Amino acid sequence: MSATSGNYCNDPVILNHWHAIAAIEDTGATLCQTRLLGELLTYHIEAESAIVVRTSALQHQLPVTCAYGYIWTCLGQPTAPLFALPEYLEPDRTNVCAASVGVRVSAPRAVENFLDMGHFPYVHTGILGEQPHTEVREYDVEITEDTNEVMATRCRFYQPQAAAGAEGGMLVEYVYRVPHPYCSVLYKSCPDDESRMDVIALFVQPMDEINIRAHALVSVIDKTSAPLAIKMFQQTIFGQDKPILENQIPKRLPLDPRAETPIRADKSAIVYRRWLSKQGISYGVIPAAA
Amino acid sequence: MTLSNAQKQWHPIAASTDLVYRHVFHAQLFGRELAVWRADDGHVNAWENRCLHRGVRLSIGVNDGRELVCQYHGWRYANRTAGCTYIPAHPADAPARTICNNQYPVKEIDGLIWSCKADDPPEFSTPAFRPGVQLVLRALPINAPADIVALQLLSYLPLATTEEQTSSIKTVQHGAYTLCSEVTTDDTTYQLNFFLQPTDSNRTVVRSVLSGLTNNTANNEINLLKTHSQALGLVRESAEQQMQQIDTPAAWEVLIKPVSETLSRMPVGSVKSQSLTRVQVADIQDTATDIKSITLTPLEGQLPTFHSGAHIDVHLPNGMIKQYSLTNGPGQTDRYIIGVKKEPTSEGSSSFIHQSLRTGDVLAISTPRNNFPLRRDAVSTLLIAGGIGITPLLSMAQALNHSSLPFTLHYFIQGESHRAFNDLLRTFKPSLTVHTALDPQQTRSTLQDILKNYQSAHHVYVCGPGPMLDATREIAQQNNWPDEAIHFEYFKNSQQQDNSVPFTVSLARSGLTLQVPSGQSLLEVLRENNIDLPSSCEQGACGTCKVAVTDGTPLHQDVYLNQAEQLRGDCMMTCVSRAKTASLTLDI
Repeated sequence: MSATSGNYCNDPVILNHWHAIAAIEDTGATLCQTRLLGELLTYHIEAESAIVVRTSALQHQLPVTCAYGYIWTCLGQPTAPLFALPEYLEPDRTNVCAASVGVRVSAPRAVENFLDMGHFPYVHTGILGEQPHTEVREYDVEITEDTNEVMATRCRFYQPQAAAGAEGGMLVEYVYRVPHPYCSVLYKSCPDDESRMDVIALFVQPMDEINIRAHALVSVIDKTSAPLAIKMFQQTIFGQDKPILENQIPKRLPLDPRAETPIRADKSAIVYRRWLSKQGISYGVIPAAA
Repeated sequence: MTLSNAQKQWHPIAASTDLVYRHVFHAQLFGRELAVWRADDGHVNAWENRCLHRGVRLSIGVNDGRELVCQYHGWRYANRTAGCTYIPAHPADAPARTICNNQYPVKEIDGLIWSCKADDPPEFSTPAFRPGVQLVLRALPINAPADIVALQLLSYLPLATTEEQTSSIKTVQHGAYTLCSEVTTDDTTYQLNFFLQPTDSNRTVVRSVLSGLTNNTANNEINLLKTHSQALGLVRESAEQQMQQIDTPAAWEVLIKPVSETLSRMPVGSVKSQSLTRVQVADIQDTATDIKSITLTPLEGQLPTFHSGAHIDVHLPNGMIKQYSLTNGPGQTDRYIIGVKKEPTSEGSSSFIHQSLRTGDVLAISTPRNNFPLRRDAVSTLLIAGGIGITPLLSMAQALNHSSLPFTLHYFIQGESHRAFNDLLRTFKPSLTVHTALDPQQTRSTLQDILKNYQSAHHVYVCGPGPMLDATREIAQQNNWPDEAIHFEYFKNSQQQDNSVPFTVSLARSGLTLQVPSGQSLLEVLRENNIDLPSSCEQGACGTCKVAVTDGTPLHQDVYLNQAEQLRGDCMMTCVSRAKTASLTLDI
């Protein structure tokens, strides 16, 4: 199993999901190539400004959805529309396709890292966290009944500089959603408007089981930050996560509860792993022995 | 040799020179990655290269000289025991003792680090090097299985240089993974040992040691290195060429040992364990007036992992059991050091230790328990010790000091001659203030000074005689220190105890209802009914026998819980506390 070879997917759940492959703004008439679930794909904008995605081998045209600034496609039969992200359409938000970063890790490991607050002081030192403020306070996790998403609420973490103009550190509140096995959305208290939340979404493109591209959408109510500054910030964060994720063994996420050692702070990861198990997902994970 | 037999043998995994000061070396044996690191005390650790928490390689972690810190979430693992000592996400909890990295046997011999995959490694037989000067050559990785490399090495021929003519070489294979050559040159004969390190099915590291060099040849080191480097380069070429003719073997599969069932679901918390470890008294020193420092070393194996603030029960030969705090710093895992004060009123344990205990005596001790754990997420930590109460704070001060976390240590003593563990104390300057010979009134006003400016995320830890602890808690409260920022440990419970009123307990999980008569403790009644609860001091001071209360109001008679915890009434100490209501329901 080499990192660059095919590794085709035979997980029906994952095959039938939509997956982001590129930012629309980065796509033009020139034919581009990428990889999804081990399959080589080409994509570009054709004459009537239609985005076309094909498999490289057989030139099969694949279904396309344009959403949240990204091109989404599906290698199987899309069984449901892409999850909702209503904030994206709010007129006063700045929406930025902030990063597309290649990481040699499985998609679920990347999602789990996105849900994790405990690493902020160690991996995002001085930005999202800072020693000695390392405590992960009690929070709530549930699987929503109507939408079958993992949802973590009441998450609070000390952030050294919560906003550009903020003096000193403060507790920042987060809400995490996992509406898709390989995507997660984070809501974060907004420094400019107490009643609303900034949104950072992670759309993981599984190139194969253990290689991904991590795409980020940032949707903020921020009158001051330029899109370039938002991109630089997000790419710094992803750049800090990358060497950690690439040093995780095994690269596929183990779903056996005894494979790793969870603590209370990992509640959302525990629920996420169980949720993947329950859906019978096998791609990018090491399924628990029956 | 079969693979499973080979895995039971010792193999070199690194050169001593690879273990650079405070570095973590990434080694591999039979496909398994190892994080190899040397602590400041010289001990070499060979651990599975994977943090138990989320699988991140420990070789990208930080070797702080005493502990290895994982880069992802800052989990700390102790030198020698590989036990987890601190989980920053839950700073108020002592980690479960059984969170322990997989470790492998390790030996450092003649410039090489050796390890073995087996839990029960065979006796290590030192390679027979030729007397004289020794030289460890650079390790050479070859993309070929060990047997193919061995075959190539049998016809190893060091090339002649202008300075030195090789006249003969005789190579013998001693096993699948070791070969020995005798090299005779014009003016000398020396020995060349090859040790093959099977890193994976198709990768072998050749580690070579020259021995029996004369001082003269040793001076010619650069030529020797050149000669063998060239010759080994040819070995590599031939072996890798040979591999082009045949199929590459599949990589060895590495099974990762699952963590224990309890660990996979248990949140962080203290493990309740009653098992005893036998230790030997290695040293007894008079460290101050009426205070002895006692060093205990394991009779066999390793001492369990401890965390700052922990205490052990010491079982004395006279049958007494007494609690003593560990003074050890982080990573100081080859011994436990306790301080024992001779108490005039002591029921015999401290006078036994002072009069009868001798170096070489064997004692039983409990695994360390920590009901006074140190948080390392404080902006600043205030440590206040009275007399022998310095012992747990010595452990805390060393941990804070080593990690450069801000702290101040106030040490109240009766007089200069009562200053214990002075060598250690000196290392804490300028964070140390010693207050000598203060009367109770002066002590109070000093405490008032120390505690006057409470700031958010500051924590105070206090250990000492009862009246001083009471005063510290009271003054801290007056100065707006929140209960959760005041941490204390009493030596003993000097409160008046009332065990006259009988009550009923219902045990929610066991489904039992028991009567606790007057004159008997709840803990005793539970024991009589075969409910085995951990306990330690049995006088309401240490917190070990704490249980959760789900119904009824407990009558607290302990000194372990703080006021807020006592008012909440959701837990109690079974050794001394009783019931205010006619019955209690306990979550056991």
